[in-house]
Amino acid sequence: MKLDKSQPLEYGTHQNQMNILGFWIFLGAEIMLFGTLFASFFTLENGVGSGPTGADVFEITPVVLETIILLTSSFTIGLATHAMRINNKKATLVFLGITLLLGLSFLSVEIYEFIHYYHVGLTLQTSAFSAILLTTLGTHGAHVTFGLFWGLFIFLQIKKRGFTPETTNKSFIFSLYWHFLDVVWIFIFSFIYLKGLM
Amino acid sequence: MEFFDRFAVPHPSPLIYASMVAIALTLIAVVIGITYFKKWGYLWREWLTTVDHKRIGMMYIISALLMLFRGGVDGIMMRLQTAVPENSFLDAQHYNEVFTTHGIVMIIFMAMAFIIGMMNIVVPLQIGARDVAFPRLNAISFWLYFAGAMLFNVSFVIGGSPDAGWTNYFPLAGTDFSQSVGVNYYMWALQISGLGTLMTGINFIVTILKMRAPGMTLMKMPMFTWSALITNVIIVFAFPVLTIALLMGTLDRQFGTHFFASTNGGMDMLWANLFWVWGHPEVYILILPAFGIYSEVIATFSQRNLYGYKSMVGSMVLISFMSFLVWVHHFFTMGHGPLVNGIFSITTMAIAVPTGIKIFNWLLTMWKGKIRFTVPMLYSIGFIPLFTIGGVTGVMLAIASADYQYHNTMFLVAHFHNVIIPGVVFAMLAGLTYWWPKVFGFMLNERIGKWGFWFLSIGFCLAFFPMYITGLDGQARRMYTYSEETGFGPLNLLSFFGAGLMAIAFILIVFNIYYSFRNSPRNVGQDPWNARSLEWATHNPVPEYNFAVTPVVNSSEAFWDSKKNGHNLFPDKFEKIHMPNNSGVPVIMAGFFFIFGFSFVFSIWIGVILAALGIFGCMAYRTFENDHGRYISVEEIKETEKKYGGAK
Repeated sequence: MKLDKSQPLEYGTHQNQMNILGFWIFLGAEIMLFGTLFASFFTLENGVGSGPTGADVFEITPVVLETIILLTSSFTIGLATHAMRINNKKATLVFLGITLLLGLSFLSVEIYEFIHYYHVGLTLQTSAFSAILLTTLGTHGAHVTFGLFWGLFIFLQIKKRGFTPETTNKSFIFSLYWHFLDVVWIFIFSFIYLKGLM
Repeated sequence: MEFFDRFAVPHPSPLIYASMVAIALTLIAVVIGITYFKKWGYLWREWLTTVDHKRIGMMYIISALLMLFRGGVDGIMMRLQTAVPENSFLDAQHYNEVFTTHGIVMIIFMAMAFIIGMMNIVVPLQIGARDVAFPRLNAISFWLYFAGAMLFNVSFVIGGSPDAGWTNYFPLAGTDFSQSVGVNYYMWALQISGLGTLMTGINFIVTILKMRAPGMTLMKMPMFTWSALITNVIIVFAFPVLTIALLMGTLDRQFGTHFFASTNGGMDMLWANLFWVWGHPEVYILILPAFGIYSEVIATFSQRNLYGYKSMVGSMVLISFMSFLVWVHHFFTMGHGPLVNGIFSITTMAIAVPTGIKIFNWLLTMWKGKIRFTVPMLYSIGFIPLFTIGGVTGVMLAIASADYQYHNTMFLVAHFHNVIIPGVVFAMLAGLTYWWPKVFGFMLNERIGKWGFWFLSIGFCLAFFPMYITGLDGQARRMYTYSEETGFGPLNLLSFFGAGLMAIAFILIVFNIYYSFRNSPRNVGQDPWNARSLEWATHNPVPEYNFAVTPVVNSSEAFWDSKKNGHNLFPDKFEKIHMPNNSGVPVIMAGFFFIFGFSFVFSIWIGVILAALGIFGCMAYRTFENDHGRYISVEEIKETEKKYGGAK
């Protein structure tokens, strides 16, 4: 494989460039996926039946906490990519590790939130609103969970193999994924929670 | 024993028991045969683990032909049941199952697989690439499709087939009205194969954007490659909608949610909308590659360059955009106001304009051309008038107010078969015949092929044109029988005979493969059709690495230029070629997906968890794997080229 020195390492080979383009296209598909969930949410959000509405069950504290945690993790994954570009392995690992820990804390708060919903009588089966709410949050949460394992594996690979065209390519693509999840969360925060609380 | 009760078919019949026995015997015969001839190793090394786009394409097409057989038998059974009034060959429940599986098998597992198989074989060759962008992912795509297809096909012997129509509208598809696990099968078979299709979409977009030969700008790509690019863009944006719809359907059926229920705030029309937001683009996913094939075939056998290249590309881009804006026309009668119906009526009619442009371009390509009436060309010429009739009846259906008369009648059935068979199926047969020597190095017999064409065309007309009349007379679709007083009898009998002729046509086509394999001369040379585009600039059959030297291109008909204008396609010297390694992970992973889907259908959670662990295990294995592929040395290339009769 020919290495193009004028590019950052993650763009260095033709295969790497194709991987990144392919992942962008995948994110296009993901936009459609979450777009469908949001469209369904807007369709069903008033279908509460005899169950509680969003305003009845949403709690602002955990939601704000989740938002702060996830936005911070988006910043730290950016720092990890920056550290990778200046060839600082230790800093990359530290920032990637912090990102994953933040992701884990996000997930913990989200699980707490789900338990809270269960206690106030909002489960998957309660109403169409509860179903689409939990499916949308759950799909996002499943993405974060998947990302934790993926990120952990990349962490181990960088630790063991250092910066190669492969490991840098993978961690760059992982950073795209992580930023994307953050963008989705901003939409969830604005159009599900804030709109629901208003 | 209680555990096994769930696998019983809820509504059995002698036919189903006979199929069970037939399936078991076939499986045993296949296993014994492979063992006896000691082919397990060969099968594993050369096929199950392959990442070669040509072989994956072949496996797609073989699977598609198998599914064509399955779907075709379903079709014949329906025509047989309705051939005479008050027939009792199938009862209502079986008829429901048969039309449901016919639709899904033909669209998802036959037509889609055929199209993706064609793309796999042809696109990398047409752009002068060595493989697709992500060969391993390509293998995963195929095996996920295959796992989904198998999952769908075991349904009728284990647990019961889906019976709510291929559109699977709720609440009919909910647990209240579809109690067997059939619809669960529908959800997971489509989910798994849909995942594979999405991966294909991403793979081919990157391949076409990033791996074209030097000199091949976007506007110098062969038309089939253009159609593949646009089709894959539609795939990437349409399939996630299906993913979510299927997920919600699964939750409704297996976890008691209320997305599509009529209680607790649910909305059954949401399914219909989501289904068709995917389903209508899906129609264009099927037809655009067909248009691409016709463009190649008509230009080649008229011996003229394609008329209106830019307008062909433009109209396809327009169609792909508009395909997302017409979905409501599938349910004009289901309670929208005149404004909504009016808007979607207009967008639907408007989509006929770019399609019409393409029809005229093909006609003008043939105008003053030196037409050779080969089998692929016959299919293409047959396509134009027949497809136009289908298009015109489509515009009739697009008139929302008049649609109240045709909706859910045989008129609609006639319409969509009229566009799918002369559109997609004719194109696939044309493409199969046209590219056959490219893959196998010998030609299909023209004489038998022409017989096949005439049987298929005449059979098609006899089978489906009567339905326009009975439909306008009020024969509802999906009704398993009708009374004699309706007067539908004679025309339905005619349909049945038409279906019989079509069955003969398919037998002829399969026989042709066998006959040609035995009798066709093997030295067809490099260019048996006097063709125009780049895929014909390499040997037949294509060597593993496609092109010994990367071609350099200066027009959309590079090969024609090199023949007629002396353009040098291969100015460079041999260099060592990088190739991907084979891998067993895709097929193993698809095996886990099959177990996952099957366990989920029956809510066997332990199986679901174990299979999910297997799937993630495969992914983890892949990320830690260090696989840099291999190189084919210059000496090896020279040797291979010599075997083919001289280096280029």
